[in-house]
Amino acid sequence: MNTIITPPTSTKKPAAVQKEDAMWLQKELINRNYHELATAHEMNRKVSATFVPGNLNELLMCFDFARSLPETNALQNGMRKKSGKMIMDAERDGQSEDVCTYVKADLGMMMGGEIGPTGEALPRPDLLLLSYTGCFTFMKWFELIRQRYGCETVMLHVPYQGEGRINPNMRDYVVKQLKDTVIPTLERISGVKFDIDRLRQYMRESAKAEEDLVWTLQSAKHRPSPIDGYFGAVYYIGPIFTAFRGTPEATQYYATLRSEIEERIRLGKGPMTPDGEMGEEKYRLVVEGPPNWTSFREFWKMFYDDGAVVVASTYSKVGGVYDFGFRHDPDRPLESLAEYCLGCYTNLNLPSRVDMICRYLDEYQADGLLINSIKSCNSFSAGQLLVLREVEKRTGKPAAFIETDLVDPRYFSAANVKNRLESYFQMIHQKRSGSTH
Amino acid sequence: MSTVQEIVERCQALYDDLDFKTVQAWKAAQPGRRAIGYMPVYVPREIIHAAGMLPVGILGGGDQLEVIQGDAYYQSYICRIPRSTIELGLTGRLDCLDGMLFPSICDVIRNLSGMWQMLFKDKYVRYFDVPQNYEDDIGGRFYTQEMQAIREDLARLGGREITDEAINRSIEVYNENRRVLEQLYAYRAREPWQAPTSEVYLLQRAGMVLPVEEHTALVRDYLAAAQTEQRPKRDNARVVLNGTFCEQPPLGLIKSIEMAGCYVVEDDFMLVSRWLLCDVPSDGDPLENLSKAFLHHSASTSAKYETRKEDKGQFLLKQVADKGAEGVIFAAPSFCDPALLERPMLQEVLAAHNVPYTAFKYAENSGQMAPIREQAGTFADSIKLWSAA
Repeated sequence: MNTIITPPTSTKKPAAVQKEDAMWLQKELINRNYHELATAHEMNRKVSATFVPGNLNELLMCFDFARSLPETNALQNGMRKKSGKMIMDAERDGQSEDVCTYVKADLGMMMGGEIGPTGEALPRPDLLLLSYTGCFTFMKWFELIRQRYGCETVMLHVPYQGEGRINPNMRDYVVKQLKDTVIPTLERISGVKFDIDRLRQYMRESAKAEEDLVWTLQSAKHRPSPIDGYFGAVYYIGPIFTAFRGTPEATQYYATLRSEIEERIRLGKGPMTPDGEMGEEKYRLVVEGPPNWTSFREFWKMFYDDGAVVVASTYSKVGGVYDFGFRHDPDRPLESLAEYCLGCYTNLNLPSRVDMICRYLDEYQADGLLINSIKSCNSFSAGQLLVLREVEKRTGKPAAFIETDLVDPRYFSAANVKNRLESYFQMIHQKRSGSTH
Repeated sequence: MSTVQEIVERCQALYDDLDFKTVQAWKAAQPGRRAIGYMPVYVPREIIHAAGMLPVGILGGGDQLEVIQGDAYYQSYICRIPRSTIELGLTGRLDCLDGMLFPSICDVIRNLSGMWQMLFKDKYVRYFDVPQNYEDDIGGRFYTQEMQAIREDLARLGGREITDEAINRSIEVYNENRRVLEQLYAYRAREPWQAPTSEVYLLQRAGMVLPVEEHTALVRDYLAAAQTEQRPKRDNARVVLNGTFCEQPPLGLIKSIEMAGCYVVEDDFMLVSRWLLCDVPSDGDPLENLSKAFLHHSASTSAKYETRKEDKGQFLLKQVADKGAEGVIFAAPSFCDPALLERPMLQEVLAAHNVPYTAFKYAENSGQMAPIREQAGTFADSIKLWSAA
């Protein structure tokens, strides 16, 4: 079966929320994927589930799998205010209140009849591709799903960059797993024979989209920034971090996005926000950590109401770090997939993460660093207070720290977050005023 | 011959010593000696030993360390062990260590390796990855290379080559230590009133700071001494304690479980010393032999991926059966992802096999033991008084 689908076109937009055309296209792509998932079994397609960091989308497409991303399901449910009940259902079923709320939202969704974010029932996956990249919890997550639903699981263990680099042993290990374990399993379950040229073709598409994604994210170096590199970037990374990397639709999406941003730069415009064009750019920030999804718009509003734009974020690299040169390489497909998995942001050690943030602060001429520390996510959060100190020490720029959660509405305290942000903006303002005297 | 009391007092003193004076003394006894710290859950200590260095298990600060600086590095929702370990480091208590190994167990310990790299720049620091693929020519090859990297690092640090012969000799020494610990565990399971877990635990902890040869002798001495004393046998419930493999429960918690009417006949304390389940061959390629032991004959714990669904919980079930346990107590540190995510799966398996269980959380500095005692006591009563048996 051919996974290529016709390019999307923008549909009529509700008046209440302002979005760029590319944002609407993104939403349509994501919704279309949910529909594909919902109808996959009746179309005789096998369904895979895999995680965003280190996802092997091109490889899965070689076997015609419909592709589900559990974190995306959880965050989409979070944005639609559905995750709170799911989490509590999972806790009533025995999951600890201390553990990741993505996991609990996913388990809760499955307990509630597997109704996906768009209202269509999601099928039980035929395969859990456990690409264990940058997060220990992933491993337990799929073990839990396997335990409950008996799905077949195949592991791709991706070693951590503890020394801040990829050594040949790590790459060879991942490639060997792909060749000897992952690909044979995908062949067996799908009934489709592996065709490396098909993989190369998808990877060529990936590289084109990656080029335009990087251009888009780096457009924030302009003043004013034409994009928000955190809240806006969430939309921009959607297709490439999920089921669309390697498809012509993704290539077209990023080309469309790029031309929109080029136009914004030409017109000297700032980012588009849900309330329309952003006003004067007063503060330029780098943000570390994922966003809160349950109050996403409220959270974003706290920034743009005060003229704060995020010019770079680490979260927008969670599904792949492309801005330092990595591209999927069709000439060495398996090695390149391995390097992609090994290079995702949360697979980097803390000194590398500090280096990256300092570089962003410099290259994007940011005023400071904001860390949104997520209760659910130890992979991101453990060590962030040291990251904050190191960055302040090295750059001399002010940093601030707020705490929220991914999809558990009980852990988003709007008043606290707003107070801290306002204090932080004042601090930047005072520091700036002080430096002019 | 030492008495049980003397041995336990010595172990208690080692346990209470947050300045690692034993390690300092070991180093001072011979110029040029080095010590390498490691965190839970497993590192191949044989390689450190073969380098002529002292492996030192770092298990946090327990309930006697006041954590001041360490708390400034962590949010409230992160477990205790990294913050007390940072405290130990920042207060100079770990200055006696020439390096630290951070094994693959969870994201918190993984990230702590990077923090250590930033905070202690003059020390040798390495994150130690272990395979989640258990095929010899895939995970085994990767793991052997990882061990080789440590071997080369330690050779550089120590200024001398670490030969195959040296590692094989160290494998022998650790085989002996594993054997004597198995004897200890078998003895406790057979006559738990003779070897209370609060004592077995302290003996295990002593193995984290003593040279392995000395520890082996100490455990032997304890076994001999314990058999000379007759202690009262109680009608306690026999339980397996699960979830304590990283952040340690306070000693008072272990005592509380026992006082509540439970004999702990199996546990996952200090898994590093019981990780490998059989003797490692001490001839041939030592890294290959250590790798095969890891891949095919090692303990099952939540830090490891279970390749087959049907194997989940089987290791625990076997522990229950082999040790004649009547129930399982899940004791997990608060915010411990590995233990808390694993727990529902294990509970499901136990329920399917009609093995009773109870569960609670703790922190290494937990102070209130009354709720633990009540819960463990109720659990013991439910087994002894109301079970179908």
